[in-house]
Amino acid sequence: MEAYLWRTAMWYGGVGLLTAQVLRSLALPPKYFRLVILEIEVMGVRSLGVALTASIFTGMVFALQSAVNMARFGAENYVGPIAALAILRELGPVLTAILVGGKVASGITAELGSMRVTEQIDALRTLGVNFIKRLIVPRVLAALLVFPVLTVLADVLGVLGGMVIMFFERGTDMWAYWNTTTYWVLPRDFLMGVAKSFFFGGIVTLIGCYNGLSTTGGTEGLGRATTATVVHCTMGVIISDFFLTKLMLMLFW
Amino acid sequence: MGSRARERARAGAGPADGQPMLELVDVGKRFDRNEVLKGVSLTVQRGETLAIMGGSGSGKTVMLRLIAGLIRPTSGVVRVFGRRIDGLGEEELLPIRRRMGYVFQGAALFDSLTVYENVAYPMREHTNLGEDEIRERVGHFLSLVALGPDVLGLLPSELSGGMRKRVGIARALAQEPQMLLFDEPTAGLDPTNAKLVADLIVRLGGGVCDTAVVVTHDLELTKTVADRVAILIDGRFAALGPLDAVLGSGDPAVQAFLAGEARVTT
Repeated sequence: MEAYLWRTAMWYGGVGLLTAQVLRSLALPPKYFRLVILEIEVMGVRSLGVALTASIFTGMVFALQSAVNMARFGAENYVGPIAALAILRELGPVLTAILVGGKVASGITAELGSMRVTEQIDALRTLGVNFIKRLIVPRVLAALLVFPVLTVLADVLGVLGGMVIMFFERGTDMWAYWNTTTYWVLPRDFLMGVAKSFFFGGIVTLIGCYNGLSTTGGTEGLGRATTATVVHCTMGVIISDFFLTKLMLMLFW
Repeated sequence: MGSRARERARAGAGPADGQPMLELVDVGKRFDRNEVLKGVSLTVQRGETLAIMGGSGSGKTVMLRLIAGLIRPTSGVVRVFGRRIDGLGEEELLPIRRRMGYVFQGAALFDSLTVYENVAYPMREHTNLGEDEIRERVGHFLSLVALGPDVLGLLPSELSGGMRKRVGIARALAQEPQMLLFDEPTAGLDPTNAKLVADLIVRLGGGVCDTAVVVTHDLELTKTVADRVAILIDGRFAALGPLDAVLGSGDPAVQAFLAGEARVTT
């Protein structure tokens, strides 16, 4: 138990120290901006399919379940705003962060972990290269941009998915659905979700990077680190979601 | 002033005349409860090749990593090019490391880059050279390690172990280092490739980079390249001095080690 607590404390401390190093190294030389663009492509474009498929089906199933059950109370007219609020405030940012984050962060851990066990990171250091600027900062900057954009797209498709399924399955008038939704949903509902995704992007990328950089134990250790990243990212998003929500409600509600 | 000269000025002037290029004073290193180095001291002068020998797990590579600033000592002082580095942060160490070349045991080539891109990497990072000049220099450094243009487009996974080592040396030379650090340069190589690498280290000492620290347990390599030898046993130097003096040492531990190594290498 004591060893487990020690390892956990070391892990949080390590992620904290890496975050501080990244903040100190944010000023990148111009030639490294090419790396940021490359990471945006790797994280964003290649994750688009996963994020959008998940969001449209989540929107549809949420609207379907809500319609069937809210009809029992005569409140089916409010399915639109309920679904939209759930998607914009929680489901869009959280599902995107878990799905895309797990995929992106485990990839980062595998790549950096492999570089670590084959001494390529030490080779960078001996060549006088700041490996935080070269390997970590471009990924974090890309994630801070990609996650909010993916979340906005997921929000749009999730809300549209709910609207379309209500039209085809429940015969709801699309204009009435849209009007009720836009009447109850405020811009800040949308902005809170997007703001959360900014933090989620930073959290999952830093976890992926830290687990990669701290990989030990050869290829077996690399496998363990990659698996741990998926778990850490999921837990990190879910736990930080609670605290971010609480903070935002205190500040902006 | 060129960019490399500016960088060297930032890193601090080189050692004053007569000052050692490298100095370790009573250096200790401990990993948790495992005390790997127990107060070792040495100096390396400009133009000198020091071979550090010792059995597996004796702390040879740890010593090389301390010299490169990749890890910090638990106690003692490490001075490189006249500057104390044991307390420096990562950012402050970068310009000092650019004046050294580190050849890893497994070469540590960037596996997603071709041979050309690996050797060009330090130049791309630290100079404003045009592509034509980089290409010319890459060809030059590869020729120093007896590799031709036919390997330029190959990935590290397509090279033999000996070729990988030589590309690693070419990449280290591309930094135009003042001191080279070799970690087990002949480990895992067949006798032909081992001799090729040993001859290469001797040739480099003849002009390209005349100061080197070679960590090895290969006695033949030591006899070929070293001006002085240090033998690391149980975290301490059991012998340190000119090659002939160490080989003729009366210390039973040293003789036992050398006899063991001789049996392995013959």
